[in-house]
Amino acid sequence: MMNSPHEYDDIPGTYVFDGSHNRLGYHLNMFCKSLDVAANRDAFRSGEAAYLDHYPLTPEQRRAILERQWLEMLRLGGNIYYTFKLAIFDGLTMQHAGAAMSGNGMTTEEFQQMMLAGGRSITGNRSRRETPRG
Amino acid sequence: MARLIGGIGTSHVPAIGAAIDRGKTQEPYWKPLFDGVRPVRDWIEQVRPDVCIVIYNDHASRFDLSVIPTFAIGVGAEFAPHDEGYGPRPVPPVVGDPALAWHLTESLILDGFDMTIVSDLTVDHGLTVPLSLVYGQPQAWPCRVIPLCVNVIQYPPPTGERCYRLGQALRRAIESYAPDVTVAVFGTGGMSHQLQGERAGLINREYDLRWLEGFVHAPEELLKIGHAEYLRETGSEGIELVMWLIMRGAMDPKVREIHRFYHVPVSNTAYGMVILEND
Repeated sequence: MMNSPHEYDDIPGTYVFDGSHNRLGYHLNMFCKSLDVAANRDAFRSGEAAYLDHYPLTPEQRRAILERQWLEMLRLGGNIYYTFKLAIFDGLTMQHAGAAMSGNGMTTEEFQQMMLAGGRSITGNRSRRETPRG
Repeated sequence: MARLIGGIGTSHVPAIGAAIDRGKTQEPYWKPLFDGVRPVRDWIEQVRPDVCIVIYNDHASRFDLSVIPTFAIGVGAEFAPHDEGYGPRPVPPVVGDPALAWHLTESLILDGFDMTIVSDLTVDHGLTVPLSLVYGQPQAWPCRVIPLCVNVIQYPPPTGERCYRLGQALRRAIESYAPDVTVAVFGTGGMSHQLQGERAGLINREYDLRWLEGFVHAPEELLKIGHAEYLRETGSEGIELVMWLIMRGAMDPKVREIHRFYHVPVSNTAYGMVILEND
């Protein structure tokens, strides 16, 4: 599918949940949403792969969910407020998810320290055009 | 006649609710935040609004991808706290004001703002955290509440300009309500934060502080900021700031600033608060 370019396309490390992400990730996100219900959490816990059969997911989406590849889920159309429901199911915090999505091996403790030190700097993070290649 | 007595801008980070619910507000991590927002407790005690209109966003709680209203108003008699995966927050049920909510709905729609009308609405941390910050832990919330829910999760959210104009229409709606009630408007969310992707943890203190200054003294200047700038400068979730502009639009162009506070970090977020009165 062709998507029109957006002014935000050059922002690094950011998956804007627009229409094309919605179309790509609709069922992935709706699977995550189903974990709002306690009975569904129990069913998922007792057999993750079988539970996912109820959703028309791509093989890549299934793998990302089963292997808890948080960044990959975003690339495949996941929205953080939905994928975070799966993180909550796993007993994880937003700092854990943040560290895992950083994609550079950052630990949860290192992520927490970064936040205490004022957060991830905007400098060098505005545009891919200013991000040093290497 | 109904009267708008003030506006509060505040972030609505879920961890703040957890800190209040678990009695952690005096712990070293939390004390600076709760000291900084203390003036809002004193202010609300003085002005005691009958009704708070809380502008917030739902975080995949009541609404999911099957229906995404851009602007929705809660017209029900009561709004239960939503279970966001940890069990519902131990806070009182939120009591609505159906008569005023229906009046606002009619006035806003006839004024050109096509609200989605919601009777059956659970409310998540986006609405209950601001109430907890302002009122603490009462047995019952001491005001009626009208939820005004804005989509900021699915791109595109409404523009800042549109939000500000909605605020102006909200002011006209409040002031055309005959009963003698006092109303406060909360604009919630922000400030800079990004929960997702390799840029998770982004904070932009300089931008936030400049935006807050403009918000108080020259809000029209902020209306030309487009979505790409919010996404770039304040992070993918910082775009929640457009909701503050609804509150600001409801207030007079020239306001008296009662309080301003900014603190980093609260969880993965920059926290901001302002209290405004009409001059």
